[in-house]
Amino acid sequence: MDKSAEAFVIDDQEAGIFRVNRRAFTDAECLERERRCIFDKCWIYAGHESEVAHAGDFQSRNVAGRPMILARGDDGKVRVLLNTCTHRGALVCRQKSGSAKTFQCPYHAWTYNSRGQLIGVPGEDAYSPAFKRDEFALAQPAQVDNYRGFIFICFDRAADSLYDYLAGAKEYLDLVADQSELGMKVVAGVQAYSARANWKLLVENSYDGYHGLPTHQRYFGFLSDIGVEMRGNNLGAPRQQRVVDLGNGHAVLEYQSAWGRPIAHWVPSFGEHRKAHFEQMRRRFDERFGADRAYRICETSRNLGIFPNLVINDIMAITIRTFYPVASDYMEVNAWALAPKDESAEDSALRLDNFLTFLGPGGFATPDDVEMLESCQRGFANREVAWSDISRGMKREPPALTDELQMRAFWRRWNQLMIEPQAARARRAA
Amino acid sequence: MESTDDRTASGEGTESGVSAAQLPTRQEVEDFLYREAGLLDEWRLEEWLELLTDDAVYQVPPTDSPEGDARNTLFIIADDAVRIRSRVKQLLGKFAWAENPHSRTRRMIANVRVLGAEGDDILVTANFAVFRMRYESVDTYIGHYSYKLIRGAEGLKIKERRAILDNEALRPHGKISFIL
Ligand SMILES: [Fe+2]
Repeated sequence: MDKSAEAFVIDDQEAGIFRVNRRAFTDAECLERERRCIFDKCWIYAGHESEVAHAGDFQSRNVAGRPMILARGDDGKVRVLLNTCTHRGALVCRQKSGSAKTFQCPYHAWTYNSRGQLIGVPGEDAYSPAFKRDEFALAQPAQVDNYRGFIFICFDRAADSLYDYLAGAKEYLDLVADQSELGMKVVAGVQAYSARANWKLLVENSYDGYHGLPTHQRYFGFLSDIGVEMRGNNLGAPRQQRVVDLGNGHAVLEYQSAWGRPIAHWVPSFGEHRKAHFEQMRRRFDERFGADRAYRICETSRNLGIFPNLVINDIMAITIRTFYPVASDYMEVNAWALAPKDESAEDSALRLDNFLTFLGPGGFATPDDVEMLESCQRGFANREVAWSDISRGMKREPPALTDELQMRAFWRRWNQLMIEPQAARARRAA
Repeated sequence: MESTDDRTASGEGTESGVSAAQLPTRQEVEDFLYREAGLLDEWRLEEWLELLTDDAVYQVPPTDSPEGDARNTLFIIADDAVRIRSRVKQLLGKFAWAENPHSRTRRMIANVRVLGAEGDDILVTANFAVFRMRYESVDTYIGHYSYKLIRGAEGLKIKERRAILDNEALRPHGKISFIL
């Protein structure tokens, strides 16, 4: 078979050519391979520890396509339990969230404690001596770990530690986590939405600096209507502006933005009455971290992509966004707001208000992003146009925010994970 | 036929503002809501703005916290008067891509009830089914409205408009890009 017909990614660094075959967005077989080669191998974001703040708290949700329970046991430890009765399969937790001492399967009433251990089997004397309760605890992913409150799971026992996996992304998670002296919390309310598009289109879009002005013109129009001063364009950034390949497929865009930030970056639309308070907040950051790091935390925005399906955009507010493909042309998206635990009620209200100007399925930007992804997906029906171009800025040093280095970082890692098992099989066959 | 039940269900809080006798009839409220629905479905959004008070708010709570408060809960939409007007301006302009070209929408408003009054606010609830047609998909938004109406010199006006979804998620809708 012709090798080029098989390839998903063309990466010619010398010539400055980078192309992705659109079958990567449309092909059902490719999606099956992604489930095995990517979602079963990588660390996947499952939730934030603040969502299960107290012993017994739980959240049930889909992670990587599986129903799971994020649960803080009566021992205070956070676990991720696979939500399926080890007896015959029914969901043992059917509430979205709450607090519970036990999870009881409604089918045959097997009962598990908040640590996932099986503690009750009606009519247990009917089982043979070979039946051991401790072999029937709720299953857990091969690995679960937490970096500064962000909880990840991994189905591959042999995978690198989360710490190593996150590579350079840790620096940027720190810039988010350091925004509170008491820790960050997920705010109540999930934006549960979707897009009729391949999940990788949302990866690309979430840190695409090139699309900002054309796609979001109406948002910048709104900003100027409310008196936010545009510095040439939203991405014009004198002190800190960069796009970084963070390793392992993660990448970030870091820039100084026109919009105000509820962390100590005041703009006139926040109101004169808040100015002194914001300056005081900022002084505290200066004390804690020194002027340079305080500047980065407070005044720069960052669009962070953690491979494969976690986006943390710390922009006019902080959103945690994760998504999973149901089909090659349809994904489910969940987005939350993250805020400092010690933020005042007034500051928190301002943060949420600022969030909604841009973000979310009713904001002044996200619906247009969804529209563009869906538009791309429809365009892909033209199979004659086989490749998408992602070469922008490939020969530019340093890369600009409107270049596509971050997407190439994603696609290189994606491609490597997708072809590695095939290459290994070929080596074994030879 | 007017329902006397709806006119007297106001309970306390009516003395200082709208008295039970001054509460609009269900028929008057229905006429008002049907007119509003027509303006929205016909994209006559400038005229729709005229139904709002100067300090009106428009909210869509998240699907998992329908009773939430926008000050401490992440909503889908929580527009103050400035943002509502900006939203309309954007929707009628060229660059709100999610609504350019415009969706077709069709609203079914039912089970209208005048619940009573709180000061000058007239509390109204109504069920809705809003169908959105675009690119040959039909998305259905189901829920109920919770209104605070004011009676002014020019008749009823909307002071607060909450569209509370029964949908468990915006799936497969993906967005609320028009006025729900
Ligand atoms: Fe965007």
